[in-house]
Amino acid sequence: MSDYNFKEFMSRPDRLTPGHRMCAGCGATIALRNVLKAVKPEDHAVICNATSCMEVSTFTYPYSSWTDSYIHNAFENAAATAGGVEAAYNALKKKGKIDDTFKFIAVGGDGGTYDIGFQSLSGAMERNHDMVYVCYDNEAYMNTGIQRSSATPMFADTTTTPAGKVSDGKPQNRKDITEVIAAHRVPYVAQTTFLGNFSDLHKKAEKAIYTKGACFLTILAPCPRGWRYDAENIMDICKAAVNTHFWPMYEVVDGEKWTLTYEPKEKWPIEEFLKLQGRFKHLLKPGKEEEVAMLQAEVDRRWEALLKKCSL
Amino acid sequence: MANKIRERLSGNEAIATAIRQINPDVMAAFPITPSTEIPQFVSSYVANGLIDTEFVPVESEHSAMSATIGASAAGARAMTATSSAGLALMWEELHIASSDRLPVVLALVNRALSGPININADHSDGMGAKDCGWIQLYSEDNQEAYDNMCMAFRISEKVMLPVMVCQDGFITSHAVQNITLNEDQDVKDFVGTYNPEDYLLNAADPMAAGPYSVTQYYMEARRGVAQAMRDSKSTILAVSKEYGEKFGREYGFFEKYCMDDAEYAIVIMGSAAGAAKDACDKLRAEGKKVGVLKLRVYRPFPAEEIAEALKGVKAIAAMDRAESFSGNSGPMSCELRAALFTAKQTPDVLSMVYGLGGRDITVEDMEKIYGDLMTGNFATGELPYRYVNVRE
Repeated sequence: MSDYNFKEFMSRPDRLTPGHRMCAGCGATIALRNVLKAVKPEDHAVICNATSCMEVSTFTYPYSSWTDSYIHNAFENAAATAGGVEAAYNALKKKGKIDDTFKFIAVGGDGGTYDIGFQSLSGAMERNHDMVYVCYDNEAYMNTGIQRSSATPMFADTTTTPAGKVSDGKPQNRKDITEVIAAHRVPYVAQTTFLGNFSDLHKKAEKAIYTKGACFLTILAPCPRGWRYDAENIMDICKAAVNTHFWPMYEVVDGEKWTLTYEPKEKWPIEEFLKLQGRFKHLLKPGKEEEVAMLQAEVDRRWEALLKKCSL
Repeated sequence: MANKIRERLSGNEAIATAIRQINPDVMAAFPITPSTEIPQFVSSYVANGLIDTEFVPVESEHSAMSATIGASAAGARAMTATSSAGLALMWEELHIASSDRLPVVLALVNRALSGPININADHSDGMGAKDCGWIQLYSEDNQEAYDNMCMAFRISEKVMLPVMVCQDGFITSHAVQNITLNEDQDVKDFVGTYNPEDYLLNAADPMAAGPYSVTQYYMEARRGVAQAMRDSKSTILAVSKEYGEKFGREYGFFEKYCMDDAEYAIVIMGSAAGAAKDACDKLRAEGKKVGVLKLRVYRPFPAEEIAEALKGVKAIAAMDRAESFSGNSGPMSCELRAALFTAKQTPDVLSMVYGLGGRDITVEDMEKIYGDLMTGNFATGELPYRYVNVRE
């Protein structure tokens, strides 16, 4: 794991190949393309994808953008499906029917992970299948047209929590799925996004894929349609998410060893994250200072709690 | 003819015994009465080294079928077992298993659907899944449940459609009966090894399954399943014939009991066929021309063959152990009447719903039904079909 080499990593052939129909500036494809770089070129993978933008846009019959074996089953069961594939692998290996090394990677958006697929995910994590579940988190149900999810931050404007004359957007705070899965005390859980040269994401993906047992990655993956930004600004948004402490970069080993993997030198106010996105536009108008302060307080509260867990 | 083993087993034990003999690669299951014993038995076989099946103790029936689909697509011989609400929770996945053309097998122990909640036998679960692209084999007793399970993978892997092996909850799943078992090795030889053409774990040739299928392709996918279902008829008969030759118990789409010269017939599925046969025997002793047509294969629905078997019959009691709320009789009766209409046969058909939620139906009830057929009493009350043993 420690032999991570950026140049070697980036020279590996893509396992999620171009020609799919995802939007320009979409975080999901960036996330998965980079996660799959962590599969050693000599190893094989089976991707188990929940129904999502990622699925409908990369495996539209008769075309597949994936060089590895791939299965889409339904919306709420990528984890259970991956568990079944892994069980088959163990059975066929035991019987001497296969001898190649396969890695099992379940993929879901926040809808398929935090919400409709949560039971299946929790079950698969508890059973400790040798797999990685990757959540590309774009903080709403984007495939169906930007409805709120339990990953949507408070006050975001979505089509089921629209900001209006008497509404400031989503009234509730977001669920912290990374901590929830860490509480399953699985071998490895991490949260990351696109920062700098992606080494944080690459290292976490490699660790998740090559740690035995159930591992989980949450990757903040902005959506240009849902967050309302221009494609070229995606890296700035991710950087602001990290530097405002909105999206801490950390990992948890065995549910107990918490490590902050990147600590911003300087903490930015939450407005720096909000102002880059149309979904928070209504919050930056005069008279909404209290709401912004509430968001800031929530970010601070969660950051402090995380630092304690990391013994910082 | 292969060796036979005499035993006394419940229907669940019989199914579990067949599973032990088959030794599938993967079984994923979640407990639900009255099928719970099946995964329990399988778990104990695994724990004692009798089989090397990977048992996946999932957290729901939806995940049971999801994991079974994943395992089957990956190249394993995979199966599950369930009942009632468990099958209902799998409903979405049942369609995906057949659409993906995966040869998975499900042991269904038929139980009433909620609500109100009830744990006893009826066919509302199986009937709720009759249109999901699954072959459905219904069993009258533990022997048929065992034999159907021994044949299920052979049929499934030949036509690449999933197979449901059904038996009545408690009535056969828990009641202990005499049974004739096959030798372990004979079952293994009969089922054979599974060598899929395409599978996820084929390193030399990766596969993608479960595509987003747009309007240009969706109908062809469904059409393909329809063709496989139609084609499965010959496979079911061929496998059943081979099984009969090897083990001495041969099955068809249905059993014709005293049907050759019958003028009055009960058409029925599952354990209650026994009561119908007893009543039939009593009336035959009195010289009455009565018979029983017991359906074994409900999917594919053998419409032409059923109509042919009922040629010359004057009046039929079509007995459903399920209410489908069509307002027009139970599901089997609707299909039976359509089959007769297509064959241009016009016997009187009295549609009946019986035995919901485990309600008893007796030999005397069956005698009365034959009596009504023979005297032309087709009264049904307010519904266009009759409920047996119900408080109106």
